[in-house]
Amino acid sequence: MDADALLAAVQRTVPEAVAVAAGPGRYLLVPAAAVDGLMLRLRDETELAFASLMDLTGWDLLGMPGAEPGIAVGWWLESPRHRHQVAIRVHLPREAPAVASVAALWPVAGWWEREVYDLLGVHFSGHPDLRRLLLPEDWEGHPLRKDYAYPVAYRGVAHARDGQRFAAPPAAKPKPGGA
Amino acid sequence: MGGTDPDLPDGVHLTAVDDLFAWGKEHSLFYLLFATACCGIELMQTGGPRYDVDRLGMIPRATPRQADLMIIAGTITHKMASRVRTLWEQMTEPRWVVSMGACANSGGPFSKASYSVLNGVDKVIPVDVYIPGCPPRPEALIDGVMVLRERVRRYRTLGLRDRDPQVIAGADDDFGTHPGKA
Amino acid sequence: MSGERMILNMGPHHPATHGVLRLEVETDGEVVAAVRPDIGYLHRSIEKIGERVEWAQFVPYTDRVDYVCAMNANHAYVLAVEALLAHDPATRLAIPRRAEAIRVLVAELNRISSHLIAVGAMAMDIGAYTPFLHAIAQREAVNDLFERLCGQRLTYNYMTVGGVAFDLHAGAEEQIAAFLGELEREMVRFNRLVTANAIFRERCAGVAVVGAAEAVAWGLSGPNLRGSGVAMDLRRDAPYGIYGELDVQVPVGEAYAGARGRVGDCYDRYVVRLLEILESVRLIRAVLGLLPPPAAKADDPVGGFQADATKALRAPPAGEVRVRTEAPRGEMAYILVSTGGRQPWRVRVRTGSFTACAMLGHLLPGVFLADVVAIIGSLDIVLPEVDR
Ligand code: SF4
Repeated sequence: MDADALLAAVQRTVPEAVAVAAGPGRYLLVPAAAVDGLMLRLRDETELAFASLMDLTGWDLLGMPGAEPGIAVGWWLESPRHRHQVAIRVHLPREAPAVASVAALWPVAGWWEREVYDLLGVHFSGHPDLRRLLLPEDWEGHPLRKDYAYPVAYRGVAHARDGQRFAAPPAAKPKPGGA
Repeated sequence: MGGTDPDLPDGVHLTAVDDLFAWGKEHSLFYLLFATACCGIELMQTGGPRYDVDRLGMIPRATPRQADLMIIAGTITHKMASRVRTLWEQMTEPRWVVSMGACANSGGPFSKASYSVLNGVDKVIPVDVYIPGCPPRPEALIDGVMVLRERVRRYRTLGLRDRDPQVIAGADDDFGTHPGKA
Repeated sequence: MSGERMILNMGPHHPATHGVLRLEVETDGEVVAAVRPDIGYLHRSIEKIGERVEWAQFVPYTDRVDYVCAMNANHAYVLAVEALLAHDPATRLAIPRRAEAIRVLVAELNRISSHLIAVGAMAMDIGAYTPFLHAIAQREAVNDLFERLCGQRLTYNYMTVGGVAFDLHAGAEEQIAAFLGELEREMVRFNRLVTANAIFRERCAGVAVVGAAEAVAWGLSGPNLRGSGVAMDLRRDAPYGIYGELDVQVPVGEAYAGARGRVGDCYDRYVVRLLEILESVRLIRAVLGLLPPPAAKADDPVGGFQADATKALRAPPAGEVRVRTEAPRGEMAYILVSTGGRQPWRVRVRTGSFTACAMLGHLLPGVFLADVVAIIGSLDIVLPEVDR
């Protein structure tokens, strides 16, 4: 299937999707509420057979020219059988963004969803274990947000290179020159 | 070490105990196999057949309890920092730290732009020798070790017992109870 | 028999986890009952840095996304930027053919040295230290080549948007050809030492079998996927650079370990990597055969090595691209979002190790504790790819 035929086929399966061209890339924008049902159809429709989730990520749209403030979350699906790919996208509000989890369909999504939750603060409803993945549990904020403020200190260790040094125990490192 | 007195019988050698100990320590710097990032690959290759640090008496140890030297090879993140400190505390005295590469020295390429990288491992443990480079060549690492050996040679053992480590305010949250902690 | 469960903490400092991976292993006697991987100890916020530097400045950071195969990581990123620039005729670059060939050349060389570390480290995890030294010795030869080429042994920053930073040095082709011959001889020795070793084979045979459907559902890629018998290689199936002109053979797992072996076990993943080393040797010879002679001008469309991208990178087209490449550890794909400015809006890198690592919690329960390190080694997990 060439790219146009594929998009048409996907849109037949997922009528609520809108094809969007963004420079060299193309994706299907879907309403967030539709994600829950549509992913299953994409995976199991024999004509499409998107058995692999190749990537799941997101980014902040705050301040992006020509975009409403929000969070974009995308799924990149691939069919090893038909050797074709599709990109699915939703736009979520920046306040309490939430979308359905697909971890039950593609197990690898479990970690990617935790990563997006960690870095962007998107809540994946139905995820069995939504915790931070990369940053420690007590980290503040979601770093990939455009308005993220860098930490001043973490657990008492300053973030900036400010000359703060750990002092050696005096007896362990005696003054040189004894020999 | 001290000189040999011709008046002494064969096999008797006069030296200060400290010198003898330092001589032993200097030639058997067992290092902790501690590699977090890119510099760790160079550390591995330094231990490999071409550079072969074994010939300097440097044998990698998997556990900090058997190591004299900790080579911080790679980026230390805030998440990792407390573990580095724990490992360092588990090493027996006298213990030495070599900071290998820009990341361990100061955060390196990640010092300004990153939110999660510790800007210099010397914020959590004391460092003896800093080696520049990203990554330093194996020769640079060996050179750093040679500098460290000078320090080891000057180390005085007897009569000096270590006291409790000094703790930066707040930096010890993870480390149980220190005398320094309220 | 079931006794009391014990929690064992492996890492983040553990010599066999290949970096700073932490596993919370729940054991029932000698058998692993559950595993909770904990990652992020090397999370260096590379994706965020991508939003704060200019397009060309990000190349050195791609080295650090995967330092074991920095050339391949460079390759993925520059291809992605070039795909973005190609959208607008005003910014499209004419990449010299020689540059494209050199890129494939160094990428394959780096694949060899990366796989050498992988198989050497796997043997070391299983308890054989010597093979690792043999692998490192060969890796040093590749490092020498790269050092002569670009001045660095590990983090090369060699590819640029538009080509490569330097042309091949004088005598590079002979040096490479000599290395390939030596490597082939060394691989025979290596196979005698490790691959044919009964203990090594028995430790790996039938351990941690990943079926084809399972591998696909977990998004595995690269040698891990091919070890499960799925013949999928982007160099052949979605060629980029000059791979389309090369005849890429794709070795897959075939239960190489004999009677106890199963398709997709640790031994298959190991053997696939060895076969890929030999395949890379073949590809490099082919590339050397079709390398155009150098031209006087750096941006000559055939014999040059670098097209000037300075102007194009000041105002790239807006939009997004996703470019996939076959790195030694599987699919390395960059997603770039551009608003037409001098800096990316978003840089995302998807790596093969991430999915392999995500699978650990699923794969390890039920195996013997002693096999855990062998399995991590066979998946060739490199932590900077996972944490980024
Ligand atoms: S100093 Fe450079 S090579 Fe070493 S860990 Fe840091 S980024 Fe990697």
